[in-house]
Amino acid sequence: MGSPLQTKRRRKPRVIPGFGLTLGYSLAYLSILVLLPLATLFWQSSKLGWSQFWFVISDPEVVSAMKLSFTASFVAALVNVVFGLLVAWVLARYKFPGKRFLDGIVDLPFALPTSVAGIALAAVYGANGFLGGWLEAHGIKVVYTAVGVTLALVFIGLPFVVRTVQPVMEELEQETEEAAASLGAGRWQTFYRVILPTIAPALLTGFALAFARGVGEYGSVVFISGNLPMKTEIAPVAIMSKLEQFNNPGATAIALVMLTFSFGLLITVHFLQWWSGKRVRQLRSTP
Amino acid sequence: MSIQVSHVDKWFGTYKALDDVTLEVPDGQLLALLGPSGSGKTTLLRTIAGFESPDAGDVRFDGADVTGQRVGERHVGFVFQHYALFRHMSVFENIAFGLRVKSRKDRPSKADIRDKVMELLKLVQLESFAARKPSELSGGQRQRVALARALAVEPKVLLLDEPFGALDAKVRQELRSWLRRLHDEIHVTSVFVTHDQEEALEVADTVVIMNQGRVEQIGSPFEVYEHPRTPFVYNFLGNVNLFHGRPISGESLQTEFGALNGRTNGPASVIGFVRPHELEVARVENGSSSMSAVVLQLLPAGPTARIKLELAENGAYVEAQVSQETYRELDLKIGEQVFVKPRKVRVFPEDYSI
Repeated sequence: MGSPLQTKRRRKPRVIPGFGLTLGYSLAYLSILVLLPLATLFWQSSKLGWSQFWFVISDPEVVSAMKLSFTASFVAALVNVVFGLLVAWVLARYKFPGKRFLDGIVDLPFALPTSVAGIALAAVYGANGFLGGWLEAHGIKVVYTAVGVTLALVFIGLPFVVRTVQPVMEELEQETEEAAASLGAGRWQTFYRVILPTIAPALLTGFALAFARGVGEYGSVVFISGNLPMKTEIAPVAIMSKLEQFNNPGATAIALVMLTFSFGLLITVHFLQWWSGKRVRQLRSTP
Repeated sequence: MSIQVSHVDKWFGTYKALDDVTLEVPDGQLLALLGPSGSGKTTLLRTIAGFESPDAGDVRFDGADVTGQRVGERHVGFVFQHYALFRHMSVFENIAFGLRVKSRKDRPSKADIRDKVMELLKLVQLESFAARKPSELSGGQRQRVALARALAVEPKVLLLDEPFGALDAKVRQELRSWLRRLHDEIHVTSVFVTHDQEEALEVADTVVIMNQGRVEQIGSPFEVYEHPRTPFVYNFLGNVNLFHGRPISGESLQTEFGALNGRTNGPASVIGFVRPHELEVARVENGSSSMSAVVLQLLPAGPTARIKLELAENGAYVEAQVSQETYRELDLKIGEQVFVKPRKVRVFPEDYSI
């Protein structure tokens, strides 16, 4: 009864040991690299005091910048949901020459330095640019407008939607579509009643990721937007200009608002990923 | 509704999946397409459904050409091997799907849909599962839901692609006799694909045996089993022992190791087919076609006992099947020398390859 032999738990044998070491290292690493700078942000802006803080972030220029960042990112993410879905569909469904090439191109916005993307976009859509001239002749001005900002964010957000939707799409059984067709469903009915509900969680995750990326984007936007205060200035640029004026507390105040927002978004993304992951796991366990 | 398939060819690239296939399914029949994988049976079923379009020939329902019609226009119910249920929908919604997607003028009222679904759930014995998700059901239950879903639109023809292929042996057995009873109840013309000869022989009214895109034989289960027209059919419908040889006179077969009785007609070399239960095992030699053999393995488990033997003459392996009673009387030991004698031989020309 209660002998030490009975109460002593047997360790589960593992091939590669070292849980304590790796966890300790990970925690220390994350603390120094991520948590410490973020904590400093709170500490810095706390020096402002509430009224000062409110004064900084209620400045019309700052409000306009944040508004632009969030709306342009939102619209860009929506555009990416539609066209990213299309690209993912083509990549998951069809075999065609050059497919691997197209598949690689999708990752380009990930890999490219964002300033390179910005310069390229500005060159193409500028008044003298190849598409910009034509668009301007039709009354659509891209450079130095919110349209340009959104365009850059669409560019930067595309891979997020494609890469989250594509694997789920590849797992879809074509037999369920055939089943729907044999039951008399038209193509559109098959799409929105059978396919869309299955890929919706992944689509949502892709949307949130593209949105979050858009809010924080800087390099690809600044060249095409021109950073006109109250017009095309985005939040990260507003932070930069505060810093350039040696207004560190002001910059951190804006940063804090954005951090809070991004954090909220991240939690949403994780929740969505967990949710869609659960769905995918369920699909897999269904033979 | 009857189905006529005439002279259908289907190519996948350079591979001919269906080669001049002609068959008829009379109204109200349950027909099995039986064959090994790659024999074209599933392609034929999918062509009847409208998932594939034939490169030559046509498909008719009650004499009316449906070859150009899409699957949705043909009013067929299709059941897939892996169920293909809609996973985000409940069992109820799955079955109701075919009714809900109808155009507004044909769509039944909500109450009618509910009644219809409940009636079908009762038919497939899943009344209490309406609210479940497919992932919460067993394989057999899922396949019954798939069947109910296909029946909801009152199809003129029911097509089943290896419906029990993904289930384990016991459930398979139950479901196959249940399908037979269900068919006797609702009498919808049905075609099902299987590679399991036992399943085909047990369930179907007519069995179509396919091989390499062609129809080998069509007949009742008894016909195809007792009177196989080709060596392929003979071989496919059960275990078989082969004896190579050449014919002597018209009545017997000279094999490498002795004469066998069997009707032959001409070709220089022939193969004799003997089913294991048609091979007699005895301790003493009995006539000219009795062959000496050594017992290799004894498999007494099952309704009959199986004995694996090696022929003394040429080292060929043969298998005999005897009743449990005979097995006990024989009381064989491994390594013992015995005599085997075919009771019935079916002879085909040698050039047939299987």
